Amino acid sequence: MFRRPLLRTAYEQDAAILPTYFQKVAMALLLLATVLTALGAPVLGAIPEFFLGGTWLNPVTNMITLGIAALGFTILVGVTGQVSIGHAFFMGVGAYMAVALGGPGDGVTACVPFHEELGVLDQAGVCGLGLPMWIWLPAAGVAAALVGMLVSPAAVRVRGLYLAIATIGLVFIGLHLGRMLPEFAGDFESGRTWPELQLRFWKEETPLVDMTSDGTWFGLIHLSEEQKQFFFLTALFILFAIAAKNIIRSRTGRALAAIRDRDIAAEVMGVPEQKYKRIGFAISSFYAGIGGALFASYNGRVAPVQWSLFLSVDFIAILLIGGAGTIAGTILGTIFVELTPEVVKRFTEWLGDQVAGEGIVASFANLMLTSGSGDFGPISLTPASPGWPMSVFLWNFVIFGVLIVLFMIFEPLGLFGIWIRIRNYWKGWPFSY
Amino acid sequence: MDVTTFIQTLVKALALGAVYIMMGLGFVIIFKGTQVLNFAASALSMAGAMFMSILIADRGLPFLPFGNPLAGPEGETPSIGVWLSNLIFTLIIAAILGLVVERLTIRPMIGQPLFAMAVITLGLEFAIRPFNIDATALEGRSLGVPWGAEAWTVADALIPKSYVAAAIMALIAGLVVFFFYRSRFGVAMRAVAFDQEAAMAQGINVGRVFAIAWALGVALAALAGIAYGMAPFPPGGSVSQEIHPVLAFRVLPVIVLGGLDSVIGVIYGGVMIALAEVFAGQYLSQYNSILGSGYSTIVPYLVMLIVLVVRPYGLFGTPEIRRV
Repeated sequence: MFRRPLLRTAYEQDAAILPTYFQKVAMALLLLATVLTALGAPVLGAIPEFFLGGTWLNPVTNMITLGIAALGFTILVGVTGQVSIGHAFFMGVGAYMAVALGGPGDGVTACVPFHEELGVLDQAGVCGLGLPMWIWLPAAGVAAALVGMLVSPAAVRVRGLYLAIATIGLVFIGLHLGRMLPEFAGDFESGRTWPELQLRFWKEETPLVDMTSDGTWFGLIHLSEEQKQFFFLTALFILFAIAAKNIIRSRTGRALAAIRDRDIAAEVMGVPEQKYKRIGFAISSFYAGIGGALFASYNGRVAPVQWSLFLSVDFIAILLIGGAGTIAGTILGTIFVELTPEVVKRFTEWLGDQVAGEGIVASFANLMLTSGSGDFGPISLTPASPGWPMSVFLWNFVIFGVLIVLFMIFEPLGLFGIWIRIRNYWKGWPFSY
Repeated sequence: MDVTTFIQTLVKALALGAVYIMMGLGFVIIFKGTQVLNFAASALSMAGAMFMSILIADRGLPFLPFGNPLAGPEGETPSIGVWLSNLIFTLIIAAILGLVVERLTIRPMIGQPLFAMAVITLGLEFAIRPFNIDATALEGRSLGVPWGAEAWTVADALIPKSYVAAAIMALIAGLVVFFFYRSRFGVAMRAVAFDQEAAMAQGINVGRVFAIAWALGVALAALAGIAYGMAPFPPGGSVSQEIHPVLAFRVLPVIVLGGLDSVIGVIYGGVMIALAEVFAGQYLSQYNSILGSGYSTIVPYLVMLIVLVVRPYGLFGTPEIRRV
């Protein structure tokens, strides 16, 4: 059997979570890399001179929270085939449910006066019940799923581009709600603080599992605050990824895939289209809500403008660049899309250090960067200065857009498609097919 | 109800409708010709408005070091003739931009699914927008409108000149599209929209139809961007970093209401959405505390969602025939 990984003799083998040896090895390596990244990362940290050095914990943890929402997007768009550009809206719903239940506060009437918390003079108070995470996290998902069910009657009737446009409408309505309800959303520009990632039984002082200070976990291993949150979120991500995989390979997932492949044919075969589209929306919104709540509480403070069209398009990019609408593709896409800006940022910072030196690298750095007037490099190191040399922040948007276009034109199957081509090449090697 | 307020609100609504119609026509021409829903319209329209600003306010040519020969005498507000000639020049530049975009990103995708094409334009939106944002800076770029914020007074009601100008622009744009539709190219475009392969078999140059649709569509979007930059409209005579990047997304309800592929639908949709938006903004303002400030901007989306539930293909759109 070892020599023929694609020979399957039972349905169980076909529907396994990791059906081939390669996938098992790849997943193990990915897990190893995650753990190494968290534990001081001797792999990358050993090359401090190079631009990839330094700690990756913060961007990677951010990526994981967005990855949970991306799993939901894959179920809706990749598996059910319903194009939605409103994922950020559902993330926002989840995040605000979380902050309403878990935010600082001590009862139904206790809206903390806004200025006390922020030091910003504003008459609005922010509401929070101060409940523990085991309540607010599932509630965030359920609230988003309910809102998803609520809009699904409209979404189920329209299809294709009309659905995409309708969901764009949701994003703008969500942005307006954020501006309109400062009791929940906080200030429109600066937002409010989210509950910390702490496992408490109820509202006691010392949490069951402490995740906001350095210390020893379970008497076994000494971890910093960031590492603790990273491990917690990674564990959640793995849990949700396996759950998503199981949804896809269950009766529900097959029904969703049937609707994607040909909705009328699915209905003829006895798959109730409306019902399963609604289920697809609910599952996807549940993931979005959880992802949004975790994203917001990991970052600590999120402004309502964050739940914008750009965040939604982020998920489209993840789906397309990862490719194929699978869980593995989603993980690949999330890593690629969310870490590229960080790599670009570090690369330019590294280039900035090289300008003073000599050799090819220094001249390249001089060509790319602008330091002072009379220099025509396209990248400016001083942030937010208007005019031609653009900041790295803006260049990252350009790179993001160009990547989407290039992938769509040259590799519509994304990284997954590239992998398939490499695999097929080596399968037939030394023959071409 | 106060008659003066009513007239002013009506004029404002019709002017906004004119802007929506121009932008919506750009969407529909591109969708008709190439089956692409142009999500990059915001960035392209803002780029057009920015070219106008470079031509008229900076008195330069985009990407070229020497000055703009069409700019009038230095140091004074441009005369209407100068401004209009620069406007036409801008539209030509925008059309060329459309040709370039079509050639580089849309042409390789002929025959791909609708969603793939739409996503390409979303990518374009994010690739082009930073250049606009960077070039306009926080305070915005002047568009050098010769009549500024001046207004005529008609029976106590103030009618800004810009509103009339926007209406005239929309009228001209509508006539151009109307005659284009009747012309040889228009017929070819409708044939391509109906069936690309059959059109090719009849000897229609599909590539050229694509190019013309994009050139015309982007020029219309730029025209809408410039029209919306004129003074009593919120950006206040300039290209704004806040408002212009979402302008086209505000027009999406218009084309959904009318139906993605209907020119007549855009005209009805533009007027209806603008009436709903402006009148809700004017006559529900006492409920501001409940609805939240700026609620009028989401009225179009609410109308759109309701229309989509009742009529999933808009009022004039062609229902997609689905076969098993």
